[in-house]
Amino acid sequence: MYVAVKGGERAIENAHRLLAHERRGDRDVPEVTLAQISEQLALGVDRVMTEGSLYDRELAALAIKQARGDMIEAIFLVRAFRATLPRFGATEPVNTGEMQVRRRISSTFKDVPGGQILGPTFDYTHRLLDPQLAEGFVPEQPETAEASQAATPRVTDILGRDGLIEPSPQADSDAPVGDLTREPLGFPADRDLRLQNLARGDEGFLLALGYSTQRGYGRNHPFAGEIRFGEVEVELFAEDVGFAVPLGSIELTECQMVNQFKGSTTEAPCFTRGYGLAFGQSERKTMSMALVDRALRAGELGEEVGAPAQDEEFVMSHSDNVQSTGFVEHLKLPHYVDFQSELGLLRKLRQEFAEANQAVELQEAAE
Amino acid sequence: MNSTGSNNKQAQRKAAMTVLAHSAAVDIAGRLAAITLPSHENLREPENGLVMMRGRIGGDGAPFNLGEATVSRAAVRLATGEVGFGYTLGRDAEKAQMIALCDAMVQSAELSGEVEAKVIAPLRVAMNAERARKAAETAATRVDFYTMVRGEG
Repeated sequence: MYVAVKGGERAIENAHRLLAHERRGDRDVPEVTLAQISEQLALGVDRVMTEGSLYDRELAALAIKQARGDMIEAIFLVRAFRATLPRFGATEPVNTGEMQVRRRISSTFKDVPGGQILGPTFDYTHRLLDPQLAEGFVPEQPETAEASQAATPRVTDILGRDGLIEPSPQADSDAPVGDLTREPLGFPADRDLRLQNLARGDEGFLLALGYSTQRGYGRNHPFAGEIRFGEVEVELFAEDVGFAVPLGSIELTECQMVNQFKGSTTEAPCFTRGYGLAFGQSERKTMSMALVDRALRAGELGEEVGAPAQDEEFVMSHSDNVQSTGFVEHLKLPHYVDFQSELGLLRKLRQEFAEANQAVELQEAAE
Repeated sequence: MNSTGSNNKQAQRKAAMTVLAHSAAVDIAGRLAAITLPSHENLREPENGLVMMRGRIGGDGAPFNLGEATVSRAAVRLATGEVGFGYTLGRDAEKAQMIALCDAMVQSAELSGEVEAKVIAPLRVAMNAERARKAAETAATRVDFYTMVRGEG
């Protein structure tokens, strides 16, 4: 328990003033603009949008600037901003099958219909620091080629045609969609809530959990069936307009993990799946999310449940870095009264210990 | 209006809204400057808000809440009675206002030809050019596999 303490107002005010000064850094160095952050630190912006759970590049860039590059602090700022605006409704579910693809790869089929499209990727780079980038580097214009008109169907749709993979769970169109920003989290949680939780969950936490499944803590034999990144159209059914209104497009990354089989005496064996979806180009995040989504389905698929990544209460209660940081960092707040009582108790225990020892020593001396 | 006619009108409004939502506010303003704007009033003051974005489990299954996005909206009524709505991602309320005005004009028998020709059509050309540019850049990164014969390479 912590208690409110008065008396630090001036120190706090001056500390914030010093923070603003340090945030600006050396004033002889030009100030970084939001456009520079949004354009040149784009993947950082994507992460803040995804875990801040708010798609707005400019706000995410502002949050990164205000937080001095501390991503979790930036995510916290974006979450807090959300609370200042009314919600107009929920969009129609986006159709990732109709994505204008900028990147699309499959590790399961070399000749996937629509092709393997690398797009802008760190893959196959040598991970050597590039001194050219230090200043004034002007990259070449990108190469172009004739765009194919061929469709790029989801790999899972292709496998699904032959029944080789389980179908996605369907829902009644009238069934409510779980929303953990509106109702407190309860367990067991349905998959819609789990995916919402994972989508805004900390990338590092999900990465570690996903990795743990690969190392044997809830192994589920994954293949990256498909990863795609690009733009999807967003529509909102607006009551006043009377039809689904186009809002523009957003960038999304989707990962379809294809995992080992399920089957029974009545059902032919088929691949199972894990799913990841996130704002922007967030490949590591969606891959980790898909691994953990699949791991959390262990019970439903009749697998032995025991590993951390398979424990939904453990995963969902600790995935949110704003909650986590809130509880960890609250330890910095004054706990003076709590601590005084612990100190009092400790002194008493030490006194009892000393008295007991003294008694023993006296007894030994007497004998 | 019969139902086919109203469906056509709705499809036309939606197509215009798509183009406008994809266009930068400054570009819409530039195009609108080229036409005489009809007299109108605000039916809903431009405002900012949020929408919850939904995805589908597995890409094609039951919906789930992915995260929110900022959105702006506005509604206007022309002096001649047409009511237009503007919705767009982001916090640019003026852009929503311009979309609402265009939507009202698209519904007006007298104005729809002009707004289509002078505002929507040129913005659509720009939108499609941008899409084509991205598609061409992306296409250059498509992998052309070939199988090496033993001893080659």
